Amino acid sequence: MYVAVKGGEKAIDNAHAWLAEERRGDTSVAELSVAQIREQLALAVNRVMAEGSLYDPDLAALAIKQSRGDLIEAIFLIRAYRTTLPRFGGSESVDTEKMACDRRVSATFKDAPGGQVLGPTFDYTHRLLDFKLAADGEAPQVQTADTPTGETPHIMSFLDRENLIQDEPAGPETPDDLTRAPLELPASRALRLQSLTRGDEGFILGMAYSTQRGYARNHAFVAELRIGAVPVEMDIPELGFAVDIGEVTLTECETVNQFQGSKTEPPQFTRGYGLVFGMTERKAISMALVDRALRWKELGEDNVGAPAQDEEFVLYHADNIQATGFLEHIKLPHYVDFQSELELIRKLRREAQAMQEAAE
Amino acid sequence: MAEMNDPNAARKTWMSLLAKSDAGVLADIWAKANILPDFRFLRAPEIGGVMVRGRAGAVGAAFNLGEMTVTRCSVTLGSGAVGHAYVQGRDKKKAEIAAQVDALMQTDLAAQVEATVLAPLRNIAETAKQARAAKAAATKVDFFTMVRGED
Amino acid sequence: MQAAILEGGFGDAPIDAARAFRQIMTATAQPGTINKVAGAQPPKPLSIAAGVVLLTMCDPETPVFLTPAFDTDDVRAWITFHTSAPITTAKNAAFAVGAWDDLPLHDFSIGTSEFPDRSATLIVETAHLSTTGATLCGPGIKDMATLSLPDVAAFQNNALLFPLGLDFIFTCQSELAALPRTTKVS
Repeated sequence: MYVAVKGGEKAIDNAHAWLAEERRGDTSVAELSVAQIREQLALAVNRVMAEGSLYDPDLAALAIKQSRGDLIEAIFLIRAYRTTLPRFGGSESVDTEKMACDRRVSATFKDAPGGQVLGPTFDYTHRLLDFKLAADGEAPQVQTADTPTGETPHIMSFLDRENLIQDEPAGPETPDDLTRAPLELPASRALRLQSLTRGDEGFILGMAYSTQRGYARNHAFVAELRIGAVPVEMDIPELGFAVDIGEVTLTECETVNQFQGSKTEPPQFTRGYGLVFGMTERKAISMALVDRALRWKELGEDNVGAPAQDEEFVLYHADNIQATGFLEHIKLPHYVDFQSELELIRKLRREAQAMQEAAE
Repeated sequence: MAEMNDPNAARKTWMSLLAKSDAGVLADIWAKANILPDFRFLRAPEIGGVMVRGRAGAVGAAFNLGEMTVTRCSVTLGSGAVGHAYVQGRDKKKAEIAAQVDALMQTDLAAQVEATVLAPLRNIAETAKQARAAKAAATKVDFFTMVRGED
Repeated sequence: MQAAILEGGFGDAPIDAARAFRQIMTATAQPGTINKVAGAQPPKPLSIAAGVVLLTMCDPETPVFLTPAFDTDDVRAWITFHTSAPITTAKNAAFAVGAWDDLPLHDFSIGTSEFPDRSATLIVETAHLSTTGATLCGPGIKDMATLSLPDVAAFQNNALLFPLGLDFIFTCQSELAALPRTTKVS
């Protein structure tokens, strides 16, 4: 039951003013600029873009500043802003083969054409705190090398040539869109991928980890992980042809999974796919694992009842804005609801007591 | 290149270059070029979103990855040439300049605009791209096999 | 592309569209009232009112059907530039423009029981629009209203489909009136 109650405006205004002051923190410490957040907290910016589902580093940096570094709050701000934008249209599907790779590694083939390019990775760091950073850091010098002129073909294409990997079915050129129509189950692969790519990193990571620990185990290898910039092309209706409208940095993860074959499919490798805005490697690998787990039906696998195989469970709980909205609303006034609960408990206690007394 | 036969290839190339340029850099180059065409808006700069799509498994069915911010603008010059712009980001000035450049490239001033605006812009983009690629190349692994102790 | 065709859009899109939306909403909420709109200068044969409705309601996700009389290069270019709406068949249309006799009524989507809103809105261009003619009653109408409708039986049949069905906007020069599926015509 909902009852409108007025009051508290002054308290709310004062709370917001205090929030703004706390956000700024100690004024003897220099204020952070949006550009500093964009450049120096780039991975937080990337996460906000991916889960906010809007590629705009400046806006994501602003959202992080405004939310005092609470990334889910920042994502909420971006989602809210996103809804105010008129939609000019949809892009052509990005061609990740054309990616200018900052990083490109394969866990399956050592000598893949294009090579193993580590890029700016945390992978081989010792995870020791670097106290030099606590002092003013100078910009370090970076080594360069002659640029390889060769292409970096997708590793999957080698397996494809041998027919050892499952085909990817084509789909409609205008895919279903979560942001335009309510999610209906069973969801198309397009809807699942859209939901996973904007889903909460922690949730998708947890789901992916559960598949590795044995809940719908599908034994994934990272055939390829690549990070870099790709052009975004869109057909401009008034021109009648497509032009690049920009460039986005993406992380793509393709997993290759063992598959014993089923009633409908021969033994072969199958694929899981992750593609996420920004440099978001953990999320892209997680996405690929969960994508693969959700494909049990189309590959004729058994449903072993694992959480990651349950489309409804995964898709309805992946979105951190939906989740936090519902979760956090329970802290808001429920005075009348609770009053009725209180009445009920008191009544039950009275009845129980009366019965007990009657029995004695 | 396969695009050689495309009658729109040249226009496509300059529009793409403008779309991906940095707003501040474009504004500086444009100011230096000092070309002040007489133009009118057909569509004043407008900020919006475009849904970016990917493909399942990089080759399969299309899916929606998320949106990006885009600003568009259309202008017409005194001569009647029409210029369009769809550029990344939310900078209205960038869209306005890009639309003017697109229109000018269809006029007698094309060579001047190419030399003073597009060429420097292309240069900056290419340098940045090469610098990044060179850093990536330095992180490429050179494998060597250690002697195996099998006997 | 000629610059002339690309002109005639809203001068100040947020304000003009909000004003027009208000007029279109009022027309729909109060069937039988005639509302004046402004801000569009579409190419012929589109009326100003039809142009305003297209500019206000259409975007890349609302396919538009044009009857042959309206399906000219100029109209297509104008709609494409200003709204990015794709031009489509009657079956796939979210909006349609045409004279009453030319609109293939049975081809349009009437929505589904889960999503009755996935139906077409027809912009019916008329030579004459006045508050005399067929009797209207239903939601948004106090007692009764009258409106110059091109037909009666077709609208009665459409109302029977409720909650499914088509919605209509009648346009004449810079004026418009609306007939939603909830209105009973006699």
